[in-house]
Amino acid sequence: MSKEIIKIEDLKREFIMGSETVHALRGISFTINEGEFVTIMGSSGSGKSTLLNILGCLDQPTVGTYEIDGLKVKDLSRNQLATIRNEKIGFIFQSYNLLARTSALENVELPLLYNSKVSTEERKERATKALEMVGLADRMDHTPSELSGGQQQRVAIARSLVNNPVMILADEATGNLDTRTSYEIMSLFQDLNKQGITITFVTHEPDIAAFSNRTIVLRDGNIIKDYENPKILSAAEELAKLPKQDD
Amino acid sequence: MRLLNLIKIAFKAIVLNKTRTLLTMLGIIIGVASVIAMLAIGEGSKESIRSTISSMGSNMITVRPGSDVRGGVRQERSAMETLTLNDYYAIKEQANLLTYVTPLVNGGGQVINGSNNWPSTIYGVNPEYLKIKITELQSGSMFTDAEVQSAAKVALIGQTVVDNVFPDGQEPIGQMIRFNNIPFKIIGVLEEKGENTFGQDQDDVVIAPYTTVQKRILAIDHLESIIASAISEDDAPEAVTQVSEILRKQHKITENEEDDFHVRSMEELISTFSSTSEMLTILLVAVASISLLIGGIGIMNIMYVSVKERTKEIGLRMAVGGKGSDILMQFLIEAILISITGGILGVILGLASTVFIEKFLNWPTSIALYSIIISFAVCAITGIFFGWYPAKKAAALDPITALRYE
Repeated sequence: MSKEIIKIEDLKREFIMGSETVHALRGISFTINEGEFVTIMGSSGSGKSTLLNILGCLDQPTVGTYEIDGLKVKDLSRNQLATIRNEKIGFIFQSYNLLARTSALENVELPLLYNSKVSTEERKERATKALEMVGLADRMDHTPSELSGGQQQRVAIARSLVNNPVMILADEATGNLDTRTSYEIMSLFQDLNKQGITITFVTHEPDIAAFSNRTIVLRDGNIIKDYENPKILSAAEELAKLPKQDD
Repeated sequence: MRLLNLIKIAFKAIVLNKTRTLLTMLGIIIGVASVIAMLAIGEGSKESIRSTISSMGSNMITVRPGSDVRGGVRQERSAMETLTLNDYYAIKEQANLLTYVTPLVNGGGQVINGSNNWPSTIYGVNPEYLKIKITELQSGSMFTDAEVQSAAKVALIGQTVVDNVFPDGQEPIGQMIRFNNIPFKIIGVLEEKGENTFGQDQDDVVIAPYTTVQKRILAIDHLESIIASAISEDDAPEAVTQVSEILRKQHKITENEEDDFHVRSMEELISTFSSTSEMLTILLVAVASISLLIGGIGIMNIMYVSVKERTKEIGLRMAVGGKGSDILMQFLIEAILISITGGILGVILGLASTVFIEKFLNWPTSIALYSIIISFAVCAITGIFFGWYPAKKAAALDPITALRYE
């Protein structure tokens, strides 16, 4: 049995909107093991954004326990949460969220700037390595405006890898990309996963879920399905099947 | 290490927004520059007033007999005969804070040269008088101590007297004139000084040995006053005390008794003028400080906009592990960097405009080091003070909302 990266038990999250209480999550439980590639699916309003925020230590559950890498997250202070985010989680966003007018390398270095244990030389070295891993070794000095959407997302992936997180948390990471680029990115995710990196991918596109090895489906704050993917598609193969583009 | 990183981040943000940063700095630059320039003008005018007074002998000390009470009647000062030559000798010997001392007697009378005559005042002094009054000779020479000893009938005259008793441009030196029918040989002409601050014509004088004036003109053996110069202006107040002590001993005045003399320095005059110019300086600096304050508000304004504009960036920084304190420091350092850079540029501009004012407007200026230090310190404090609120605002943002902010 491999190590449990995420362990959630009877997790509830309620928001108080005026006099009404909104139950975003109504008591869900699951675990994610090291090396898994999990997609969390659900339509809007299903509670997947709330779950993502809690998984990312940006938010705290109302009831229930959440452990990441054996660490109980409940009742931690804002600063302690920031440290967990810095050391254990790699974020990838739909809209890339790169710093404008800042080179790819410096963007990737960003999480390490907030880690006082990493020296300037080590920071640069690790950022360079992360960019090489996503295939952007020749684009390090480019600013986001000089990069395509796919390349920008690769920079963001490199940024999420640079702090050697226990889990990468992607929020609709292919949502802004065309099919071809989406598959390229998914292929990259699959490669990273093969190297042993745990990935949790939040999406509402079923074809993306087909590339992962497990899918959790949320509806109205409950898990309605949690299944191992019987037939994992290879993104690289799917990419090859796409009609050739002329331009 | 961590702080260094934050400084790097802040510096980067400033460099990325050059135009905006420069515009923000403008307020601070103008504020600092004007504080420095205004203080330089204020200090300059103060110094020029000081040097004007100095040229009149700012370190001059005057001893006069005080009003005495005789049989219950307070006597007029001129009626006092308490100041004597012995007092002069005592002061000359004992006071070590004085450079020059002279007894002084004076009297009014008519200067006569043939058919020309002119009412003037004769001052009986010793040769040190010219040094105390900082007066140069236009021609001729001062009388000597020997001439004082022998009560020689020699005199020096001012330009006004020359103009009136030698109207046809005759060379006065070597000529004989009469003052109240006593003949004097003119041995020198004083350099023209014009009117003094009180409107008195300083050239309408006749100067002669005090012995001569005492014996031949006034027929007295007391002195009207003793004037002296202190080693420096700063020593003047202490010299006043010293002279007072000497005279109290000399006059055998007991502890409870009032002085029967007055010792004054020019200091009162100086402090009057200085306070006027100080007032002016304060006013100028107040105006300049307001512009510095407005510069500070400019920083706050821009930082506030910057925080709003970069909400998403703040959210990202928090998501990748930036703590609230990191964000606070980042924006605070940014504000401080802006204000300090503005301060440095302001100092340079202030110094440059001071040189400009001095060169092209011919206003006296004097750059005070303290003005540079103060305005620089105010700058840094302004940065912290006005940067704090926006930085605090940034640090308090919720990462989830900040990330969603469009």
